[in-house]
Amino acid sequence: MQVLKRLLRHRSARVGGLLLIFITLMAIFAGVIAPNGYDDQDLLSRLKPPSKEHWMGTDQLGRGIFDRVVWGARISLMVGIAATAISLVLGTALGLVSGYYGGWVDRVIMGVMEVLLAFPGILLAIAVVSIFGPGLNNVMLAVGIAHVPQFARMARGATLSAKAMDFVEAERAIGANHSRIIWVHILPNILGPIVVLSTLSVGTSILSAAGLSFLGLGAQPPVPDWGGMISQGRQFLRTAWWVGVFPGLAILITVLGFNLLGDGLRDALDPRMRLNKNQG
Amino acid sequence: MSQYVVRKLLSSILVLLGVSLAVFLILHLSPGDPARLLAGPEAYEEDIAAIRERLGLNDPLHVQYGRFLMGVLRLDLGNSFRTSRPVTQEIAARFPYTVELAVASILWSLPFGIAVGVFAARRPNSPGDGLSMGMALLGVSMPTFWLGLLLMLLFSYYLGWLPASGRGGSLLTLEGWRTIIMPALTLGSPAAAVFARITRSSMLQVLDLDYIRTARSKGLSEQRVTYRHALRNALIPVVTMAGLQFGSLLGGALVTEQVFAWPGIGTLLVNAILSRDYPVVQGCILVIAAVFVLVNLAVDLLYSLVDPRITYS
Repeated sequence: MQVLKRLLRHRSARVGGLLLIFITLMAIFAGVIAPNGYDDQDLLSRLKPPSKEHWMGTDQLGRGIFDRVVWGARISLMVGIAATAISLVLGTALGLVSGYYGGWVDRVIMGVMEVLLAFPGILLAIAVVSIFGPGLNNVMLAVGIAHVPQFARMARGATLSAKAMDFVEAERAIGANHSRIIWVHILPNILGPIVVLSTLSVGTSILSAAGLSFLGLGAQPPVPDWGGMISQGRQFLRTAWWVGVFPGLAILITVLGFNLLGDGLRDALDPRMRLNKNQG
Repeated sequence: MSQYVVRKLLSSILVLLGVSLAVFLILHLSPGDPARLLAGPEAYEEDIAAIRERLGLNDPLHVQYGRFLMGVLRLDLGNSFRTSRPVTQEIAARFPYTVELAVASILWSLPFGIAVGVFAARRPNSPGDGLSMGMALLGVSMPTFWLGLLLMLLFSYYLGWLPASGRGGSLLTLEGWRTIIMPALTLGSPAAAVFARITRSSMLQVLDLDYIRTARSKGLSEQRVTYRHALRNALIPVVTMAGLQFGSLLGGALVTEQVFAWPGIGTLLVNAILSRDYPVVQGCILVIAAVFVLVNLAVDLLYSLVDPRITYS
């Protein structure tokens, strides 16, 4: 409750939250806001500039950019959240096991994570897509796998410090089994940093997925994927800037929302950091 | 000290071995038969069988991996399915362009990011601080390829100052410089934002330390305290980050190159994935990851020389 109060008092968290509420409502009510759908072609009004009729202009097939941006919110949020869910579940489980058991289990898991971290930026996601092939589902999987090491590292670090606390010692002393200690006692205690990382990770995942789509490795037409729309816009940049500019703005607003909320959550969950705000 | 160096080298070698295994598995986890892919859609079964034999695809997996690894050590990454040219030749023709783009990006983003970070840290919680950090937040929230398009729109199409894409000649010429400005600005922006954020937080921590208070109480000018005393120590985490960011720039270059039709390894890799040219895919990914690991190793080792506080247990 106190965390929520601190969060609501945090200015950037409030701004981030509002941006995300806006995008989420857009995704939920896409059918009401943009009843034309995302693939309603009107070849007679191709590449028309923004007007009363088409707020953000039209693309090369005469589809409203506004309609496609609105429907695209569903795709982006879905990709960001699904990818983060994959990295959250896999990474946290691996980090917990690694930090709790230590020894060779720790060395093997963290060794694999080191290898995955050797693929910089979007490269790991590209490597995964090169195995499974382009497409929306594979992008979620690829981006999800690409972020597993970050979660594993953080969960491992948090587990190591939680493991050293008295209550875990006490649990061990009364003979609780390992899985009970891990899931019932350690996991709730490391949730704070994991929630922060998850929030930031949704934003990064949306950016990575958009990058893959821009490269032609993501969602395939006519899916209104913002990254893919920017890629199409590149071809018409000279004559019809609106095709690529508006979807990019949508990505920026969404990712900014997650970053602001994530920063706010970090401050709210860790009051010490708030006191030292000047230092962070 | 030397123990640390040896341990770092060994762990990097292990990581590189892991990377090579992961890259090797790309071909084998991918759906479809590489021999069939190489032979083309209308090939006879006998031809496909012959190709499979020639590529050694009938051998057990560990034997194939051993052969792949030996090939890598001899700088032989096989031939492209598409052009039949050696993969190393294809990469050697493209990789320098990616490296020059990454270097150009870090050359501007590092000093710029540090300057912004110092500016913000000297006036915490002021409007100037808020503005700089707001810009930095935008920098990390923006899709770089979109920023590239905006720059192209402004500088090429509206103002007509810079060429929209391609790479024009040597960087020693004016034309060459003009072509690299926008790609380097695009690629370096998120890095500059990261440098600014880290410099600010690191500077604020250092400015709070006792030795800075001492320096101030001696009556040194704020200028001298900031640049001669605080900045030196505050830069330590920034330098580590620079190593990591250089790797990310190589990764990010994959997308930026596509925006500006830059003839680097990213364009090669994306085309190879789309045409399922697996040897080229493997080669590109291997080279980028290996360079990333080596750059980080170099930063770690240099670091241990520069900062005497790093001890190794």
